[in-house]
Amino acid sequence: MPQSKLSVARRALFTTGGTIGRRSFLAISCGVFLLLFILWWAATTSGLVPALFLPSPGSVWAKLAALSADGTLWGDVGISSYRIVAGFLIASVMAVPIGVLIGSYRFWEAALEPLADFIRYMPVVAFLPLTILWTGTGDIQKFLIIWIGTFFQQILMVMDNVKRVPRDFIGLGRTLGLSEFQLQMKIVVPSALPGIWDTLRITFGWAWTWLVVAELVAANSGLGYRITVSQRYFQTDVTIGYILILGVLGLVSDQVMKALERVLFPYAKGQR
Amino acid sequence: MTAKLEIKSLGKRFARNEALRDVNLSLAENEFVSLVGVSGCGKSTLLSIVAGLLDYEAGDILVDGAPMEGPGLDRGVVFQSYTLLPWLTARGNVEFALRAAGYKTKECREIAEKHLALVRLSKFMDAYPHELSGGMKQRVAIARALSYRPKVLLMDEPFGALDAMTRHEMQLLLTSVWEAHKLTVLFVTHDVEEAVYLSDRIVAMTLGPGRIKAEFKVDLPRPRPASIIATSEFQALQQQVLATIREDIVAEEV
Repeated sequence: MPQSKLSVARRALFTTGGTIGRRSFLAISCGVFLLLFILWWAATTSGLVPALFLPSPGSVWAKLAALSADGTLWGDVGISSYRIVAGFLIASVMAVPIGVLIGSYRFWEAALEPLADFIRYMPVVAFLPLTILWTGTGDIQKFLIIWIGTFFQQILMVMDNVKRVPRDFIGLGRTLGLSEFQLQMKIVVPSALPGIWDTLRITFGWAWTWLVVAELVAANSGLGYRITVSQRYFQTDVTIGYILILGVLGLVSDQVMKALERVLFPYAKGQR
Repeated sequence: MTAKLEIKSLGKRFARNEALRDVNLSLAENEFVSLVGVSGCGKSTLLSIVAGLLDYEAGDILVDGAPMEGPGLDRGVVFQSYTLLPWLTARGNVEFALRAAGYKTKECREIAEKHLALVRLSKFMDAYPHELSGGMKQRVAIARALSYRPKVLLMDEPFGALDAMTRHEMQLLLTSVWEAHKLTVLFVTHDVEEAVYLSDRIVAMTLGPGRIKAEFKVDLPRPRPASIIATSEFQALQQQVLATIREDIVAEEV
């Protein structure tokens, strides 16, 4: 009976390991965004929350539109994007090969893994004054903070990706007479690559946080800098608007990397 | 005639555990030998050592008369897990091995296609491993191991992860490939029926420490049709091997 089918479908949403269609998924997730937006709108237009604490969606939008029109917003997005891409690339280019070494060779694991574990528990924020002392308040200091915040996490995660390469893959390479270097380049790295890409995607999200932290404390441009300035003048519309922009930038970059993953590693689907 | 593979008084320890003691075994050219025994008897350990993937403390291993020095292309290995590289197609996986063995690109393609046809996968040459069933993946692995003409083929419970039907199909396929192409094979399994069906000789191992307990010559005629399983000679031998292994199971339970 069609009725019972419907009830099964509906129940699947609240069953452990249940399935969901693409449309229902989109509808539910967009619904949650919409609900929060309505709550925000209702709370502000009804006067329940003073505009100083939480400005209305309309005023935030108007402010963002004005900042976009005079180029401030695009300047801030541009400089922050440059900093995060550069800082993240420096960290990743160093972390991937080192992580592969730690994951493959016990010497490098003994030498670097405990050290990385030790450093990654040091709060990145505590390095802020030191990094300013060492490198000033320019872009280099932003790169350094992003690097400290992501590099040590990345090498441990890449190490883990490499350790997950099936032992028999390595056994296969050996029985085919591959040299140590060939084994790394032809079997270990390609096999770990989808996992490494995932690591990069996740750590890129963290890099946004470290960038904004660095810009909040010492900068004269960028998204974080604008938030600090807005706080000084109680411009909560700018603060909220910029926080939302950061959320959108994070979401977009994450989706782009996920889409690239599907293009680059179509075979990895359903394997991990 | 010198033996293709010769194992002389091999000994192996894992920390305080003696895994193998004084194992002596030699395989003649084109002989198909199965190693059977309860889990923990060291049959897979022995195979890994012969493959050059595990160290050992005592004894000698000779491949075609020459001392074995680590893993190499003179021994092909088929693992229980499907070790197909997921980023390469079936053909790509076979070509990967051929390139490692030093064949030229053009030869690789030809030889790969020939061997995939041998395991009846011509239609799936361009399929990726995630598009293949377990049995198909293992057929690619067999084609890959055969393609570069190793002197000895080592198979570690290659059909252990397959369902009963597929397993049976694979046994028929392996027998027909072996009968047509003759090759020295060392085959590890815990399935006695499989061992009797495939082998010229069965070596039963026992545990604590792992060592050879008994050998059985399989005098069944070749080619062997699937129906041979129902003959009394087959069944008698199967029962005999099973009885030898069962002693270990009982001993373990006591």
